[in-house]
Amino acid sequence: MSSATTVSGRHVAALYTPGDIAALDYARDLADPGEFPYTRGIHQSGYRGKLWTMRQFAGFGTPEDTNARYKQLLAAGGTGLSVAFDLPTLMGRDPDHELSLGEVGKCGVNVASLADMEVLFNGIDLGAITSSMTINSPAAMILAMYLVVAEQQNASWQTLSGTIQNDILKEFIAQKEYIYPPRPSMRLITDTFAFCAQHVPRWNTISVSGYHIREAGATAAQELAFTLRDGIEYVHYGISAGLDVDAFAPRMSFFFNAHSDFFEEIAKYRAARRIWARVMRDKFHAQNPRSWQLRFHTQTAGVSLTAQQPYNNVVRTALQALAPVLAGTQSLHTNALDEALALPTAESATLALRTQQIIAHETGVTDVVDPLGGSYFVEKLTNDLEEEALAYFDTIDRMGGMVEAIERGYPQQEIAESAYRFQQAVEAREKIIVGVNGFVAEDEAPLSILYIDESAADTQLARLAQVKARRSQTAVDRALDQLKHAAAGRDNTMPPLLDAVRAYATVGEMCDALRLVWGEYEEIPVI
Amino acid sequence: MSHKIRVVIAKPGLDGHDRGARVIARALRDAGMEVIYTGLRQTPEQIVAAALQEDADVIGLSILSGAHMHICPRVMALLEERGLGDVLVVVGGIIPDVDIPKLKEMGVGGIFLPGTPMQEIVEFIRKNVRSRVETA
Repeated sequence: MSSATTVSGRHVAALYTPGDIAALDYARDLADPGEFPYTRGIHQSGYRGKLWTMRQFAGFGTPEDTNARYKQLLAAGGTGLSVAFDLPTLMGRDPDHELSLGEVGKCGVNVASLADMEVLFNGIDLGAITSSMTINSPAAMILAMYLVVAEQQNASWQTLSGTIQNDILKEFIAQKEYIYPPRPSMRLITDTFAFCAQHVPRWNTISVSGYHIREAGATAAQELAFTLRDGIEYVHYGISAGLDVDAFAPRMSFFFNAHSDFFEEIAKYRAARRIWARVMRDKFHAQNPRSWQLRFHTQTAGVSLTAQQPYNNVVRTALQALAPVLAGTQSLHTNALDEALALPTAESATLALRTQQIIAHETGVTDVVDPLGGSYFVEKLTNDLEEEALAYFDTIDRMGGMVEAIERGYPQQEIAESAYRFQQAVEAREKIIVGVNGFVAEDEAPLSILYIDESAADTQLARLAQVKARRSQTAVDRALDQLKHAAAGRDNTMPPLLDAVRAYATVGEMCDALRLVWGEYEEIPVI
Repeated sequence: MSHKIRVVIAKPGLDGHDRGARVIARALRDAGMEVIYTGLRQTPEQIVAAALQEDADVIGLSILSGAHMHICPRVMALLEERGLGDVLVVVGGIIPDVDIPKLKEMGVGGIFLPGTPMQEIVEFIRKNVRSRVETA
């Protein structure tokens, strides 16, 4: 019999039997859905109570372009918004900065000041929907902008709900959109924890993300381990900042990848819930069950999409999306078929949403909670993934924590090794990717893709100039001085950020103020 | 005496997705080339300066963000200015079909899209690198 490995290189047997899970104790290790350690899910009724949120990540060009896309997605039955920002915004640079050349509006929507945020959410009731915003280094600045737009709409901060990604550790590990060194970056995050606990109690202050770690080449076990260990690091820093664990842990959420290896992914989500519940109760002594419950968003694996035979991506995405649904995800993004080539067109984005709707309404998989619970194979995989993650925790703890491990380049190097191993397996045709190294087609018809030209940059530069001409420079300078003062001391940075936003200070100006105080991080490049 | 092919792998622009850059750097090194990886967020000026300093035969640019039509012309112009017109420039990443002829027109030697086997890139470089290099 030939040997088989998962997409992560894990060996799997041809058959699993009761002997593989002989030590499993139902009450201790699984329990019914809604019961500690939540391996089977955090809700007793699964999706019978409420379907997952169909949250399609979208953003491109100008705020006007993206606002129109949001209205289209909501009209098509989308149930939440998810904002993709462009690289200048993600890196805290205004559209007129030299490094922004050619990047404005390309990978997401450009937001330079409150004026852009007002357009982005124009005609969308922030009190009625939830928005997830993929923003990390400037997360506090963008949150402040969202709060001010809510204020303008008379939506109460007390009931406002949504998520900022705000996960800087995975930026150092994988996606590399960092600005400040790790420690001041962590301070900015604990400031948002403290501020929201008091003023925006239903806001998810962080989405601890494995998605990017996996996309960078990590295995399923590495994704699980590094993500949860990042989560633990945030809890440590929150407690060190003087916060009570139950004041902020219930608002922490997670974000995982849905890669192609079906059962391994299902096991990964289940293991994540069990590990988190035990860590939060037994290590951090959280009392509130909501602190124990790992809630997560999932996105299908962008890295698995192929530029070749792009319609195959529809099938890949549908199969990938099924795994987190069978494992009880709270929200889901399905990729569009053209995303190996460009940002999605309106048509491909709609088809991606339809994929979720078909799973939800036609397949019957939502009727039973954790339908794979008790499968010898799935339970064994869940145990194995948990064990591997805990072994990584030990290694990282021995280094002094995740910040220290990152400073040594440890997770970065582990991921680079996995990425290279996978690429070698593809080249050796040990792993077949349909349309790439197997079942290749000649003469494919080109796909019509979304092409973003330079007019978005022109619009954004014009609006930036207009904002700067109209605002009070004195008010901006005063707010930025207060921000620097808070950053240099111990005061929470959110109140001065809110003042800066109200004065129409730009993302670049707010980030520069903190660059002056905290400096910038530079990675030592290794291959 | 044989001369190892010297390659500068660079990641210009604001994007931090370096999986491709790092994988190809490893592959070229394993194929016997001398690889210098510049790290993230390099301006065209920094990249060309690195190529000059490292006496590079090849510059590999990894661009996924859509900024290639701004970055590549600048790199090509700077190379010409510094008398490095014979350095082979290759680009890997997400490049729309319509831009490929424009990039070739400005002198980019090879453009490699997602899914390209590493071996193909190795062979392309060996075949197209300037002649002073012995491909022993």
